[in-house]
Amino acid sequence: MRDADRTVGAESREARLAWAFVLPALATIFLIALFPLAWTVWESLHVHDLRMPWRGQPFVWLANYAEAMTDGRFWGAMLHTAIFTVGTVTLELVLGLILALALNRAYRGRGLVRAAVLVPWAIPTVVAALLWRFMFDAQAGIANAVLIDIGLMERPFVWLIHAWAAWAPVILADVWKMTPFVALLLLAGLQNIDDSLYEAARIDGAGPWRQFIHVTLPLLKPAILVALIFRTLDAFRVFDLIYVLTGGGPGTSTEPIALYTFNALLQNLRFGYGSALSVIVFVVTFGLAMFYIRVLDVDLTEAGE
Amino acid sequence: MRRLGRWGPVIVVGLLVLAIAFPFYWAVVSSLTPEARLFEAPSLFPRQLVFDHYRALFDERNFWIPIRNSLIVAGNTTAFCVLVGSLCAYALARLQFRWKRPILAFILAVTMFPQISIVSPLYLLLRALGLINTYPGLVLPYLTFAMPLTVWLLVSFFRQLPAELEEAAMADGASRLRAFWEIILPLSLPGLATTAILTLVYCWNEFLFALSFTLGPERQTVPVAIALFRGQYQVPWGQILAAAVVATAPVALLVLLFQRKIVQGLTAGTVKG
Repeated sequence: MRDADRTVGAESREARLAWAFVLPALATIFLIALFPLAWTVWESLHVHDLRMPWRGQPFVWLANYAEAMTDGRFWGAMLHTAIFTVGTVTLELVLGLILALALNRAYRGRGLVRAAVLVPWAIPTVVAALLWRFMFDAQAGIANAVLIDIGLMERPFVWLIHAWAAWAPVILADVWKMTPFVALLLLAGLQNIDDSLYEAARIDGAGPWRQFIHVTLPLLKPAILVALIFRTLDAFRVFDLIYVLTGGGPGTSTEPIALYTFNALLQNLRFGYGSALSVIVFVVTFGLAMFYIRVLDVDLTEAGE
Repeated sequence: MRRLGRWGPVIVVGLLVLAIAFPFYWAVVSSLTPEARLFEAPSLFPRQLVFDHYRALFDERNFWIPIRNSLIVAGNTTAFCVLVGSLCAYALARLQFRWKRPILAFILAVTMFPQISIVSPLYLLLRALGLINTYPGLVLPYLTFAMPLTVWLLVSFFRQLPAELEEAAMADGASRLRAFWEIILPLSLPGLATTAILTLVYCWNEFLFALSFTLGPERQTVPVAIALFRGQYQVPWGQILAAAVVATAPVALLVLLFQRKIVQGLTAGTVKG
């Protein structure tokens, strides 16, 4: 009885200490992330135009959302975001898997390769965007020079003034920057697969392809899903890359939703409408995350335990 | 077939390393090429190397100002996050209390938060407080992504330490708090350093908040300064690339030095059987 009392006392002391440790960080996150999020929702129900302060901030219910639903530029931005997300995530997962499988074969110099692979991931996105804009520059760019050299083009092509061609440097830049990161996530998953499973498959007469389909892919599924989630959510809020590479142009033909929201807020100073767009971005991101976690059954908090 | 099996991976990796390295090589070479030559037919191997662009970058464009701004903002954000975050992460990794899992899930959810969705209230808030175009006006918004990131990384580092360590210390009569200060913290210095480096890198690279909450060159960070470079007649590619090299070099160096630890930190927090 006494012993039990003492354990209960110790436990509650531990819980009190835990809360004391957790609270400062939690309070910070609440104050600077959660409270502003609630404020965005509130703001989105108002007309708030910083250019016309005399109009005040009338409460307009869902008028801003109604405006978004009939706003062609909004739907265009959603479409561009979808194009970018599907294009980059697919390429990055396929190339990342190939790279991870190749890296997983033990050979000398792997450490060096792994370091080289980390660098594009770690550099500022702005820098990556500028490097690729430079390589696709009409006059100074090496892309045109190479394409002319090998006879695919006759004269320099101005990539960034064509609605479809402008996607080439954008998608290439993102694939260049993020594929190595996907490969590292998948490599960690590959290294957790027990070699004896391949041994067993080989004894059963399975060739490399069948080993890949029946051993590698199923066991790599958790790692693939994690990479898929991180990349999708990241791609959906793409901003830096496109702001610097195309500025959303030509016109608004590569403008993603985060850039349109930014323009509505800080270029046109329409805070009510911009906030409504912000809320939509948040809801879609949240929905995507929920979809992955529920439907694909990933438990991210398990990771690392 | 067997030969392909042996050489295939080496060839794939070789090609990919080339593809990864080429843009860097090209940026360095171009940043050392005289402006007039940049617009001639490009050649893989430079004929003439000059430091003009780097000189112009620091002498005419005062590029040390954005570097200073970035260091101040990233340094302060990281210091605060590691201090406050390590306590939180320790509790989440090693102490028993209800709400532990919901808090972990919540923190993970915040790391996936789209930054754009809080730009408008943060702008209004910082404007009301007179913090637009100031250092605190960047450090505060940076905490939104840096704090959850720090906690998340540190939780996985603390979990890797054997539990017997604190048990032994507490059997000796040390309190939890002392066990944390005197045993856990010193032992997790590598983890703390890795976390600090990753947080620094994230802050150094951040663009959207820095673009939204600064007004002029005196407080712009490195990515904003580079992105807004303008020339008088044409895009000043030589200087832009020189700036890109300067912005990349410290990050590349840190990553190369700490690659083993960084990979551990990144993957331990995300993938494990």
